[in-house]
Amino acid sequence: MLAFIGRRLLIAIPTVFIISVFVFLLQKLLPGDPVLALAGEDRDPATLEALREMYHLNEPLIVQYFYWIGAVLQGDLGMSLRTNQPVTSLILEKLPVTFQLAVMALIFAVGIGVPMGILSAVYKGSWLDYIANFVALSGLSIPNFWLGILLILLVSVNLGWLPASGYRPFTVDPVRSIETMLMPAFVLGTALAATLMRHTRSAMLTVLKSDYVRTARAKGLRERVVIMKHALRNALVPVVTVSALLFGELLAGAVLTEQIFTIPGFGKLVVDAVFNRDYAVVQGIVLVTSVGFILMNLLADTAYMILNPRMRDQK
Amino acid sequence: MRFMQTVGAAALIAAMAAGAHAQELRIGLQDDADVLDTDQSRTFVGRIVYTALCDKLVDIDPDLNIVPQLATDWSWSDDETELTMTLREGVVFHDGTPFNADAVVANIDRSQNHPESRRKSEVASITGVEAVDEFTVRITLGEPDATLLAQLSDRAGMMISPTAAEEMGADFGSAPVCSGPFRFVERVQQDRIALERFEDYWNADEIHLEAVTFLPIPDTTVRLANLRAGDLDMIERLAATDLASAQNDANLTVVDITGLGYQGITMNVGNGPLSEEPFGQDAPLRQALSLSIDRNALNQVVFEGAFTPGNQPVPPGTTYYDERFPVPERDVEAARALLAEAGYADGIELTVQVANNPVQTQVMEVVQAMAAEAGINISIRATEFATLLQQQTAGEFQGSQVGWSGRTDVDGNIHQFVTCEGGINDSGFCDPRVDELLDRARTSNDPAVRKEAYDASREILNEELPIIYLYHPSWIWAMNANVEGFEAYPDGMIRLEGVRFND
Repeated sequence: MLAFIGRRLLIAIPTVFIISVFVFLLQKLLPGDPVLALAGEDRDPATLEALREMYHLNEPLIVQYFYWIGAVLQGDLGMSLRTNQPVTSLILEKLPVTFQLAVMALIFAVGIGVPMGILSAVYKGSWLDYIANFVALSGLSIPNFWLGILLILLVSVNLGWLPASGYRPFTVDPVRSIETMLMPAFVLGTALAATLMRHTRSAMLTVLKSDYVRTARAKGLRERVVIMKHALRNALVPVVTVSALLFGELLAGAVLTEQIFTIPGFGKLVVDAVFNRDYAVVQGIVLVTSVGFILMNLLADTAYMILNPRMRDQK
Repeated sequence: MRFMQTVGAAALIAAMAAGAHAQELRIGLQDDADVLDTDQSRTFVGRIVYTALCDKLVDIDPDLNIVPQLATDWSWSDDETELTMTLREGVVFHDGTPFNADAVVANIDRSQNHPESRRKSEVASITGVEAVDEFTVRITLGEPDATLLAQLSDRAGMMISPTAAEEMGADFGSAPVCSGPFRFVERVQQDRIALERFEDYWNADEIHLEAVTFLPIPDTTVRLANLRAGDLDMIERLAATDLASAQNDANLTVVDITGLGYQGITMNVGNGPLSEEPFGQDAPLRQALSLSIDRNALNQVVFEGAFTPGNQPVPPGTTYYDERFPVPERDVEAARALLAEAGYADGIELTVQVANNPVQTQVMEVVQAMAAEAGINISIRATEFATLLQQQTAGEFQGSQVGWSGRTDVDGNIHQFVTCEGGINDSGFCDPRVDELLDRARTSNDPAVRKEAYDASREILNEELPIIYLYHPSWIWAMNANVEGFEAYPDGMIRLEGVRFND
């Protein structure tokens, strides 16, 4: 077991190294000169030169890379070119915000997707099934930014029920924090609810045809007990796996949603950094996210081994 | 009696709580500011924040005259190389450090010599600063500089606490200390910049707000929705297309003023190989393009008439606008004749790059349609802004639709763009006569001398057209109807003196 984890960690080292090179080069491939974005309107040549000097942008690529990775290995992700703040503290500041959004969105996604999936499987071919499918497809097809703006206009401007912006951290003002997150979490959640609904539906349909469900029915159990207690439990296994995978998608979706609802999270940080050619911030974020993904994968694999004894013998 | 006291106290507390809430002005900005250090800052929205946070040596009035702020009076020596300023007494910075001549010396020194200062070019003409006495400072120049006072009315003239600057060094931007009406409280990246009233402000009687908070909301539709929902009290840069609907909304007040900037098409006439194309070589072709555009129609179609059509670096009606060259009427026949004369009777191709946002792209599409009727077939290349700037500096363009936010002194709108060594001369235009005239205009404090030089340069530039000016954007603010006392300035800043809630 420990040997397995150790081996996986060793494999992770070259992976992270390759990612770091990739992230660095991708940045350099972006057209647009960072010092031009930095210098602002008055981009006089002396300022540009001084900026290039300061951020080692005159040096060969390989030297620039080692400047960066050298500092990263010492735990220093560098300074934001735009605001002179350390990238590490920026990331630590934004991560909890996006995490809160992702968790709330997942609650919406599961809360809407799973019951709809069950209903449409149980009442397959009925009008309930069609409505559920229609809603699911709409959730998938309606763009986040459009639904977001419509919600702001309806809920905040016309009805005045929820604030359109003004996020506060959960630790500072929990009520306000949840109020401002409801709409963005809903927008983000509906898109994922569609995926969850489809998965729940097909898993349920398979399970409902299986022998043990027929046996349960034959025993004379009430239909509700059959579905909720016997069928659903087994059908949920693949759904839980999908939910875990969706977490990555949630982070990606957060980029757009945070822009519309002006939530100061990870997504907004990375978008602004790309447009301002804030190399240090973009590199830092992508690197941290990649390492996070590798760790999540490792965690999932380990959990699988613990849950499924048959896998333990595999090397 | 005890009961009445309790009730009275409770009522008082409730009233104060309500009042305190109402006295916070929340302003929606289009972007997030960059580092909050007056010497390092580069963004427009940063300047809006400073207007509440920092005082300057001098300010401008809405007609762009220089008026006192921290300096109450000033005079030039006869040869215009020495500026003596009398400073306001009894002013303190937010950390209690007194404001005096030594503080001015330290501030100008920092703008000139701080390794990360972006103000160096703005104060380059200053060769010496000395404190004559506690409240008198003398600034010496290498040669006369007509733009100096205008520079001192902006970031170069903002005074920060020398004590705090010394202690914090390059980190000053994380907790800036100035002497303005509001002091810094906190900043959360991309979320908020919070300021609160500074009780010891020298002009505190004019400040009626307890706090001001700036919230960056880039999307204009969302910014307006936040204002309508009551989550903001005021927004800057309302989209011109939303102007009519906001004006018809009884809950909102809309204020607008023509800005100092312009939008136009920069033509590549001498920046690398692409300037060898016909449009870079033949001035008549550029004249034809200019003549083919109906600037009024452009303003009506894209901006619903909210902006000001233009053909010079400054808007019509201002001091240095040359009335001899009014905004040209569209003349397709004349444009065609110019093309035919240059040998392109069958039409000619031109590629113009434009920032890939919907509004600027629409501007170019309107220009494209108009130019096509005169036989100029424009291909539009929509380009992400940072890339557009790079291609513009590198000369990888024939034409580039771009603008300038504008400066208080006319020199800032023209000199660096069309002089041979100009810092932002992407067009590559170079004419020693223009250099001579524009240098003369910037080294005289006599408006008559300056006007004559600018007008003379306009004769050449209007012929050569390295930049085809199209229009001057207006600054449009929208605010809740209960916000009153706001006055629009053409520099687009939000001055909070006199602004109050009318509840």
